[in-house]
Amino acid sequence: MAVLTYRDALNEALREEMQRDGDVYLMGEEVAEYNGAYKVSRGLLEEFGPMRVVDTPIAELGFAGIGVGSAMTGLRPVIEMMTWNFALLAIDQIVNVAAKIRYMSGGQIGCPIVFRGPGGAALQLGAQHSQAFESWYAHIPGLKVVMPATPADAKGLLKSAIRDNDPVVFIEGEMLYNLKGDVPEGEHLVPIGVADVKRAGQDVTIVCHSKTVAPALNAAKALSEEGIDAEVLDLRTIRPLDEEAILRSVAKTHRVVVAEEGWYFAGVGAQIVDLVQREAFDDLDAPVLRVHQADVPMPYNKYLEKAAKADATKIAAAVRRVCYKD
Amino acid sequence: MAVSTSNAPKARRRGTDAPYADQYQDWLRMMLLIRRFEERAGEAYSIGQIGGFCHLYIGQEAVAVGLISALRSDDYVISAYREHGQALARGMTSRSIMAELYGKATGCSGGKGGSMHLFDLEKGFMGGHGIVGGQIPLGAGFAWAAKYRKTEQVSLTFFGEAAANIGAFHEALNIAGLWKLPAIFVIENNGYGMGTAVKRSAAITDLHLRAASYGMPGVEVDGQDIVAVREAAETAYARARAGEGPTLLDIRTFRYVGHSMSDAASGTYRSKEELDASRQRDPIALLEARMRDAGLLDDAGLAELEASVAAEVADAATFAEESPEPDASALFTDVLAPHGEDT
Repeated sequence: MAVLTYRDALNEALREEMQRDGDVYLMGEEVAEYNGAYKVSRGLLEEFGPMRVVDTPIAELGFAGIGVGSAMTGLRPVIEMMTWNFALLAIDQIVNVAAKIRYMSGGQIGCPIVFRGPGGAALQLGAQHSQAFESWYAHIPGLKVVMPATPADAKGLLKSAIRDNDPVVFIEGEMLYNLKGDVPEGEHLVPIGVADVKRAGQDVTIVCHSKTVAPALNAAKALSEEGIDAEVLDLRTIRPLDEEAILRSVAKTHRVVVAEEGWYFAGVGAQIVDLVQREAFDDLDAPVLRVHQADVPMPYNKYLEKAAKADATKIAAAVRRVCYKD
Repeated sequence: MAVSTSNAPKARRRGTDAPYADQYQDWLRMMLLIRRFEERAGEAYSIGQIGGFCHLYIGQEAVAVGLISALRSDDYVISAYREHGQALARGMTSRSIMAELYGKATGCSGGKGGSMHLFDLEKGFMGGHGIVGGQIPLGAGFAWAAKYRKTEQVSLTFFGEAAANIGAFHEALNIAGLWKLPAIFVIENNGYGMGTAVKRSAAITDLHLRAASYGMPGVEVDGQDIVAVREAAETAYARARAGEGPTLLDIRTFRYVGHSMSDAASGTYRSKEELDASRQRDPIALLEARMRDAGLLDDAGLAELEASVAAEVADAATFAEESPEPDASALFTDVLAPHGEDT
């Protein structure tokens, strides 16, 4: 085990997969000579050269489409979006082509591509740079949506995503790049579609992913001092969703809070609530509650921004409510 | 037939000094096949055997045949939703295409694609695509893959003149020019994006001039003359294979029918006179005349070709009619890769 940042764990995954398979290449804005806008691709140009670590113009639609086209011929591109906010300009290629090509072609043509980059809010970046779009992509059949919360998961899931034969939307947490953690060296694969119990507990399940995992763990720690033993279930993959893991945990705890970074309406949490009420209705001792960001564009002002975001305090409050202890 | 496996020997000069004379017969048959196929598709649509949208290619046959006849078998072709003609020219069978229009299990995309989404990976036919201009970056992507693998393949991307106004066109051509990709971008310029004339949609109506912005040659081509199309194709492919980069072809042509089957051939956005005038330069009639002048075609020969094409189209229609619908289980297959599939 080495202690790595989330950023360096992603870098290690890219390096190992590019060493392993000559069909894997990285393309995007500033990935090569600048070493990556968030330095995820540091050193890769030097090791692999400009045909495999490729700087593009600022043209998300164009380079995303070039990546998709190359994947249709069997290459395995990793397309870095400087942020998922900018990827909106490429969404035609992700949704209308990458997600559809296998089906439209009757199974003849696949699309083994990874679109990756930071999603969600950072600090005071304003409305256009602070958006969590996982529910958009998870809505689309034909896409897989992966969101690691820890350095170890970042490495293991990115390696799996690159080896996956379907298009993977790999959303990193913009605030997680400096997070440190133990990361297994060498071949470390985390399967796509498998959730992880980050903290076992008996009284309530907090379903979370990506940036809400750490506040959920903090909330659980605080709640334990109040006598509430919370289980923290990190989805890791939004689609395919590990429904069994959710239901297993609900069967144990009988109470659920869903914590997500995105907006409320038609968010990921809505899907979890649907699953739980449909498949585990009789297990529930309380209505499922959701913690999410305020249903507004993200404000710039730091106090308003804090008020808008999901955090440990809000998660803990929701847990107390489902435990009828507030 | 139209898929050449070599770099197009210019003329074996059989009975005439005209270049390509030895290929005229094949070209004429393919152009006739496309036209009769499309006429049949139009009939089948009108009686409900074909559903959805159906965009016919009648009038533009020389563009697909002229360009695709000069390709190698391992080159890539991608198109928009008016792609039946290109699929036929690429050597996909009439049966597999007609069955796809009927939505049958035997169709080239298993009935899941339809008229706008014909695919044949083995033929390097990377699909018909339904979002205007969305396929242009994909075509650049095939060219990028060829450069990555050093294969000297070229990528041929068809789109209409209206697609030249969307951002994907600019982004893809800029990158292709910057990286000298072996890509050929083909504007099939039939003058109308649905019902909007070029002059109502483009600030510069000579679209080949736009190539100057992307560091590539822009060539205006008479799309009704298959020899002119073929010559332009060979020049562009040679340049691409030599690593000199992409070419933009602005091929002037005319569609005799409406934008889709729901649109009259004339009356709203273009006049009957304009349509009649365009028919004076019919691409099939022009090739026939060329062949007759060279002593390569007579009435009997033409009748024989027409009969052969009619039989093929009739067979395709019968095949499509008699083919089974997809199994209900097909609804849920091909969304993701089969579990455990390698690479």
